[in-house]
Amino acid sequence: MLRLELDGISKQYPAVRANDRVSLKVAPGQIHAVLGENGAGKSTLMKIIYGAVRPDEGRILWNGQPVSIANPQQARALGIAMVFQHFSLFDTLSAAENVWLGLDKAMSLAEVTERIRAVSGEYGLELDPLRPVHTLSVGERQRVEIVRALLTDPQLLILDEPTSVLTPQAVEKLFVTLRQLAAKGCAILYISHKLDEIRSLCHHCTVLRGGRVTGEVDPTLETNASLSRLMIGSETPELTHRPARPGAVALAVRGLAMAKDNPFGTTLADIGFEVRAGEVVGIAGVSGNGQQELMAALSGEDPRAPRGSITLFGQDIAAASPRKRRALGLHFVPEERLGRGAVPTLSLAQNTLLTRTEAVGRGGWIDTAAVRALAADLIARFKVKAGGPDAAAKSLSGGNLQKFIVGREIDARPRLLIVSQPTWGVDVGAAAQIRGELLKLRDAGCAVLVVSEELDELFEISDRLLVIAQGRLSPSVPIAEATVAQIGEWMSGLWPGAQGSATGVAHAAA
Amino acid sequence: MLRLEPRPEPSRLFAWGSPLLSLAITVAVAALLFTALGKDAVRGLQVFLFEPFNGLRALTELGLKATPLILCALGLALCFRSNIWNIGAEGQFLVGGIVAGGLALWLTNAQVPIGRWGFLPLAVLAGALGGAAWAAVVALLRDRFNANEILVSLMLVYVANLLLSWLVFGPWKDPQGFNFPQSVSFASGVALPRMVTGMRLHWGFVLALLAALGMWLFMARTYRGFQMQVGGLAPAAARYAGFSSRSALWTALLTSGALAGVAGAFEVTGPMGQLTPHVSNNYGFTAIIVAFVGRLHPLGCVLGSVLLSMFLIGGELAQSRIGLPSALSGVFQGVLLFSLLACDTLIHYRLRWGRAERRAAPSRPAIPAGDRPAYSTDEGQK
Repeated sequence: MLRLELDGISKQYPAVRANDRVSLKVAPGQIHAVLGENGAGKSTLMKIIYGAVRPDEGRILWNGQPVSIANPQQARALGIAMVFQHFSLFDTLSAAENVWLGLDKAMSLAEVTERIRAVSGEYGLELDPLRPVHTLSVGERQRVEIVRALLTDPQLLILDEPTSVLTPQAVEKLFVTLRQLAAKGCAILYISHKLDEIRSLCHHCTVLRGGRVTGEVDPTLETNASLSRLMIGSETPELTHRPARPGAVALAVRGLAMAKDNPFGTTLADIGFEVRAGEVVGIAGVSGNGQQELMAALSGEDPRAPRGSITLFGQDIAAASPRKRRALGLHFVPEERLGRGAVPTLSLAQNTLLTRTEAVGRGGWIDTAAVRALAADLIARFKVKAGGPDAAAKSLSGGNLQKFIVGREIDARPRLLIVSQPTWGVDVGAAAQIRGELLKLRDAGCAVLVVSEELDELFEISDRLLVIAQGRLSPSVPIAEATVAQIGEWMSGLWPGAQGSATGVAHAAA
Repeated sequence: MLRLEPRPEPSRLFAWGSPLLSLAITVAVAALLFTALGKDAVRGLQVFLFEPFNGLRALTELGLKATPLILCALGLALCFRSNIWNIGAEGQFLVGGIVAGGLALWLTNAQVPIGRWGFLPLAVLAGALGGAAWAAVVALLRDRFNANEILVSLMLVYVANLLLSWLVFGPWKDPQGFNFPQSVSFASGVALPRMVTGMRLHWGFVLALLAALGMWLFMARTYRGFQMQVGGLAPAAARYAGFSSRSALWTALLTSGALAGVAGAFEVTGPMGQLTPHVSNNYGFTAIIVAFVGRLHPLGCVLGSVLLSMFLIGGELAQSRIGLPSALSGVFQGVLLFSLLACDTLIHYRLRWGRAERRAAPSRPAIPAGDRPAYSTDEGQK
């Protein structure tokens, strides 16, 4: 008997049909992947199963019985548990208290603590239930969420992009737990867009594209290329990565230290690195380890950097405003597109004015024809799907807006381009295009600094890699000598010479 | 059952239709109110909607009342668009009036032979300086100490009011005024030039219209105006772009203060001709409604000012013509603002009949990936 069967599920939102006659069969003990790009309808489908969204059409069978899941409480009562991509934990409470809060049934805190110890022991999820959540790493927080889900003895566990916040080593640990859980008969729905993970973990894979099922395959028999074809309808173009010819030092950071400006920020400590013209330097790291703070210091949005700690072509820019830095050739693409890289309600044409001032004449008058021409030019050159220069920024999909913003900065002919999460939430086709543009820019002699949480991406485009962990930066390693295992270890802060690291992490000594 | 359904994108029709709809609601409420008070609703509406436009005198009075509203609302629109909540245009208005009034008193006492056209620029300058100085206090406290500009600007209204009272009860009181709290009347040359002989409407009205035009150009065509609006719409984007939020704060408050101050100067040296404790007709507060009714658009502010001054005049007429309190205009202003806020819901939502779980529109072809708007994808709804 099937654990869960969806039959012809459809969900219409005002502007988009998020799910179109989607069917899905999950057997007990099966790890079932749901693969699709951003916007393919994965999350809507999971919310329907979890009772957070009601479908317009279709049937849901649970253990063979037709059910109507009205809300998440009912879903949990049926034995469905979900671990969300974004955690919902109270930082000031302990792990046990957080779990306790989320439980429907009455149980004393001591009992909950005992059960957490039992469950985490059983599945090898190291977790001290008495530690306050704010002292836990992101991976540990995810364990709290998973333990919370496991305490309800679920028959179906839904995981939404669980590895986006984990180091490669932590991902391996998670997979061990999930396999163990499946072996005990729990069905697992694993939502992801990472092909390697799905191929190594899952037994079965349902591929969604544009709200429809485009494939039902056994991922272990597929290649990345064939899965990607199902997911985006075409194969991703190969990038040509010629060896870099580094030139003069563009950006030099020395002794950059900055206290965190909010309780949940990260303090930057003694950061030092260089980026040369004609090379791409990648910064890897698990999110929340100081990337945002470092980017704000480099872009000028946070002007607190100590004097002399950031130099651009030999000029001290530590206290310069973003506009001053831009005038010197430093352009920056932030990770938040809407609200930071672009003003949501303004048109694309107006949004070019954020960083481009060619159309601003003497006396500060804006030449609106020139502004629209620039936007139209960017739309054509970077193949942005948009209603035209007058389309509001928020009317574009994430990928298209990212193409527009990256295009806006590339088109400004920067001497140093800093890009944060260049393809975060961007579909595979647009991601390939953006990476290609970055490499083209590098070949034209521009210095490029990329911060990304996607290791694959960094290995694809970088010439040298750095790792940021707990607000500190590792030494740089040429891409040819870097391995995923080594970088993964460094992402936990364990590089040679790092504070608190064991002396001589064997293979990291290279 | 009625329910609200989010629109895929904001309705342009309702962005401008909402003020008209709220006006219709206000008129309907007015008609009901007149009937409930035992008055003839048609006559009541005539007093409010028709009489303020009937004849040259009525029209010039309409323009006279609209002038301070336009000036105050323009500054407020700039502030609100920059996400700076200046609620104290009333105080800036009063201080502008005090400074211009003080100047007029000095010119009157010194018997300086200055013509009305010579006085006009002086009045503008004095009012602008006074209002800007009062707003500068708000900007300074916000800039230096991060003090909330809503509270500070509002409280400074009462300080300005007391300052005015102290002056007209004390040092500036007319010695021959039978102890009434008022200054001497300004000399006839120390006044604003009038547009139509025999009517109170002065050339300040035209200046207010020119200010609206200038503000429109500033907001729509200058880089500085663009920077300030980005600061209001998306502060993180303004930081990213490197637009200074401090400079936006000072620009918005000084401009807004100066405009409100000029409005005060016009009121004191135009229709009043002396200083009394009651310089303002609540223009500074009414202008907040004007700014929102006018969609924070300079030209909308002009239309909104005409509408609100119609209510002000209607209220005065209702008192003499049909024996209703003039406070009625305040009631209508309130109804107008609240129904506007309610009607604005229709910009982002549409009304639908039926149950909440009703099936959605007939199936449309799925939009190809990469072509769908970001806000409507499943990811976007988290």
